[in-house]
Amino acid sequence: METRLTSVIAGFIPLLDSAVLVAAKEIGFAEREGIALKLVRESSWANIRDRIAVGHFDVSHMLAPMPIAASLNLTSLSVPMLAPMVLGLGGNAITVSSTLWTEMADQGADQNGDPASTGSALARVIRARGEARGSSIRFGVVHPFSGHAYELRYWLAAAGIDPDRHVEITVLAPQLMADALTAGHLDGYCVGEPWNSAAVVAGTGRIVTCKQSIWPSSPEKVLGVTRKWASANPEVLAALMRAMSDAADWCSDPNNANHLTEILTGPDYLACTPSICRPALCGEMRFDLTAARTIPDFLTFSGGETAAPTPEHGRWFYEQMVRWRQAEFSDDQVEEVSSIFSPSLYRAALGLEEKAAEGSIRLFDTP
Amino acid sequence: MSSGISILVIDDNKIRASIIEEGLRDAGHDKVILVHQMDGLVRQIADINPDVIVIDLENPNRDQLEHMFQVSRTVHRPIAMFVDKADSLSIEAAVDAGVSAYVVDGLKRERLKPILDMAVSRFRAFSKLAQELEDARTELADRKSIDRAKGILMKSKGLSEQEAYELLRRTAMNQSRKIIDVAQSLIIASGLLAD
Repeated sequence: METRLTSVIAGFIPLLDSAVLVAAKEIGFAEREGIALKLVRESSWANIRDRIAVGHFDVSHMLAPMPIAASLNLTSLSVPMLAPMVLGLGGNAITVSSTLWTEMADQGADQNGDPASTGSALARVIRARGEARGSSIRFGVVHPFSGHAYELRYWLAAAGIDPDRHVEITVLAPQLMADALTAGHLDGYCVGEPWNSAAVVAGTGRIVTCKQSIWPSSPEKVLGVTRKWASANPEVLAALMRAMSDAADWCSDPNNANHLTEILTGPDYLACTPSICRPALCGEMRFDLTAARTIPDFLTFSGGETAAPTPEHGRWFYEQMVRWRQAEFSDDQVEEVSSIFSPSLYRAALGLEEKAAEGSIRLFDTP
Repeated sequence: MSSGISILVIDDNKIRASIIEEGLRDAGHDKVILVHQMDGLVRQIADINPDVIVIDLENPNRDQLEHMFQVSRTVHRPIAMFVDKADSLSIEAAVDAGVSAYVVDGLKRERLKPILDMAVSRFRAFSKLAQELEDARTELADRKSIDRAKGILMKSKGLSEQEAYELLRRTAMNQSRKIIDVAQSLIIASGLLAD
């Protein structure tokens, strides 16, 4: 008997952590749950925001802070949203130009990406430059409301660098970062893979630390959905999340890494060379052109418990918005943010038991 | 008569940008500036100091542009996304057509709407043209395939051109397929069978 599939249209940005959506479609997990998943590649997060707001997309690959920014009316075309599932943990890194790295290494920066060490080395570089010829270090992030922006700012501020005064932070599309570094338009950037490895492979950049070192096992992308669509299509959303949980488990199996690399590098997805995708997918990152380093859980895809959002993570992002003056703090907004990152829809869809206790958030400098 | 509004069009598709420019000029906007590349855009925007910025949605630099409007000290006047001031129908029409617009604060909505409407209709017209061109290319390719298939049948079965076409048509009808599909299978099959 032929069953009719329900159509779901999802937007995505060509990044490694679109893997869960891609695998849900390509490996057949969505179809098994009765969903005909259509993926639409987009060229900017602004397009993702606009197209989910006008209803072109039912769901989307989103930067974790985006559903919060949209719900709190901090961006254009704001609509109330939810982040019912996490699509990946980690996966970002901070890369600097070879020139800046030489200066940082002279100031004692750790070769293995310890964030406290590389941050203080950068602070010393800025002080040294400031005395000599005025410091003008420019970093790139992909979006003002992104894990990248907050990780970079957190790392800088922890080393006593004021992200708004001592350096300049600009926004650039991820696929343009490595070229901007080579051209000297940027001195460094924080971006998801494979765009750090792109500069490393090109020999123009050096990874100085990564998301996994700054905030271990923290959420990076989420499934974004408007509250309106979620409440109108509860069963479709539940089926989709089940499919994506299975897809995430498939992506996390090292035996599938080659197959996943092959799919993701294809013309409809990242359209890039496998050599820049493999490091993150295999957990063997190269900080420079010498030896590869094994970074446990550099980028994690995993379904089940791991993909459940937690309100505490949402609140961490909100705290960063307040800290960097993107939002004005209010108790109502804390409530709203907690409900955006509520795990209840995901847990119900997968039949997971409610968990009362939340773990505490630990960053690299948490005492 | 000049509208007095300066409009910056950012589109790396030069043909489409010209089509929009022409439409805006026809509508009385004589201050239309086209930009095809993003290098040094901040400086260009500061120099041009436009009232309205029209950008295509395929441009990967929208996030950069929006950030710049929020923080850059070189942009003299605050700039907002046009859709924030428009009704939901205009927003949908713009996103559907693949265009977005930004405006300096303070410019009146009724002066803006015709500009966005023009950009939307010109974007649509361009998409239609592009689709027609694509269709024409496909049609030409299809016709060539059918001609080749007819040639194969004429040679192998000693048929006239008319008879060869009839055979293709009948086969397609009997198998509920398109003539082009039958022709393509025939070309592949004859390629395989050729020595």
